[in-house]
Amino acid sequence: MSSTLFREQKRAFCAEEVRADFPILDTCVRQNKPLVYLDNAATTQKPTAVIEAIDDYYRRNNANIHRAVHHLSERATIAYDAAREKVRGFLGARSATEIIFTRGTTESINLVASSYGGSTLKPGDTILVSFLEHHSNIVPWQLIAQRTGASLQVIPMDNRGVLDMEAARQQLASGTVKILAITHVSNALGTVNPVSDLIKLAHQHGAVVLVDGAQAVQHFPVDVSELDADFYAFSGHKIYGPTGIGVLYGKEKLLESMPPYQGGGDMISSVTFEKSTWNELPSKFEAGTPDIAGAIGLGAALDYLTAFDLQEIAAHELDILQYCIDRLSELPAVQLIGNAPARAGAVSFVVDGVHPHDIGTFLDRDGVAIRTGHHCAQPIMDFFQIAATARASFALYNSRSDVDALCESLKRTITLFS
Amino acid sequence: MIDSELRDLYQELILDHGKHPRNHHPLKNANATADGNNPLCGDRCTVYANLHGGTIADISFEGKGCAISQASASLMTEAVKGKTTFQARHLSDLLIKMVKGQPVAGDMDELGKLVALDGVKEFPMRVKCATLPWHTLLAALDGQSDANDNNREVESI
Repeated sequence: MSSTLFREQKRAFCAEEVRADFPILDTCVRQNKPLVYLDNAATTQKPTAVIEAIDDYYRRNNANIHRAVHHLSERATIAYDAAREKVRGFLGARSATEIIFTRGTTESINLVASSYGGSTLKPGDTILVSFLEHHSNIVPWQLIAQRTGASLQVIPMDNRGVLDMEAARQQLASGTVKILAITHVSNALGTVNPVSDLIKLAHQHGAVVLVDGAQAVQHFPVDVSELDADFYAFSGHKIYGPTGIGVLYGKEKLLESMPPYQGGGDMISSVTFEKSTWNELPSKFEAGTPDIAGAIGLGAALDYLTAFDLQEIAAHELDILQYCIDRLSELPAVQLIGNAPARAGAVSFVVDGVHPHDIGTFLDRDGVAIRTGHHCAQPIMDFFQIAATARASFALYNSRSDVDALCESLKRTITLFS
Repeated sequence: MIDSELRDLYQELILDHGKHPRNHHPLKNANATADGNNPLCGDRCTVYANLHGGTIADISFEGKGCAISQASASLMTEAVKGKTTFQARHLSDLLIKMVKGQPVAGDMDELGKLVALDGVKEFPMRVKCATLPWHTLLAALDGQSDANDNNREVESI
């Protein structure tokens, strides 16, 4: 059967057109300045389709799931399960039972650290992370290392913000690494890590791999089966969905072998005061009433995104990123932080004589929203011997004119401080 | 080109102290020292004081940060040098109230040059920049080494 015969008709991608799908982008901020939103790595804006899906759920379908037999409960359950199926399709997972809904990437990582790490790690074992991790892919591992007696090692990077693959090879070859926890894309520098190679290497040496995809899935297609990732985590709100909902993908055999993360309703099969038994996947890891509206909103966001050819979006965002790098490079006072050949989504910079916070305040008065600070990645800041950077990060609705607005405002700021 | 609130925040005195902070060095004979840390932005600040008979005989600070935090620290060292610890605490209280936009009725005169930081109150996201050195000073006066000693640290990598 020819797959092209059944290929879905994709919506043609046009950045100017998609802006109209996001009502907040029409907002004016401060003194009537049109919003230029370049803080997408922190959170993305939401399309009308997502806002309406959540609104519709609460207006028409709200009930608890998997519990009652009544009509609304049935509708809510069907919608919640449909959202899980959308995530499965989006990530290329084999089964919807491999998709666990969490509060976000942070909770997904904590779940794996606590349940998988807590039940398998022993003194002498190593957890390997990289220098490019967000705090949320460092601290949960430190906590579990303390509990189990395992130790934490770090894959070093060079001054471009690129991981040292030779060092990673040696670290994995030591044979003590049981878990590799690696970010797909650095939130602070935008570096895209070679996770496919790292997963192969890790598997050769018997390590299980968790990939933090919080800054990846919104920028380019990700297929967890193709990657052969053991665990893959991402957040709904960074991919045009609501806050409070996230995803953990895990290979079924691993999830089956793991003890529950939290106890409560929906995750049990039977409960007596003597003993309880656990529900099947994915319910085993979803104790209590989940964020039903959030899951439905995330499903709507994935529908919205996958109506486009994701490669077209990736090409558009790369064009803006490269344009931003080129424009910032024209300003002598600006120093770009990180220069990896493979990048996505974000550019970090510092300005001679102007602290990032002051830049942030001045840009904000021109309506330009960027992030300033350590980006929850203090080891990276320490590496470059800086306290903070300014970061512009992009989404599908951004355009080159947003970068122009950023650079014009930045130029004025630099002049005022010089 | 820049609006009045922004001009109030970044007035000449702030820019001057931000660029050229006074008393920005370690203090050899310090007998009260504290580290402050703004976990939101990663800015750090160390305050050194030489206390003598209930008076701040000398004071200095170290650390890098934005124009607001550097100016606030610099102006603080000038304002409290030679003051009693009681007066310094009172001044800290007034300053923190002012930048948070809380009433300091009638006491604004006591703040002297520090009123330059009054513009911070219009920028809620920047209040912590201005208060960090003052909280660090208060920690030093209280004999604490860390202005954030309520934080539980896990073993660092």
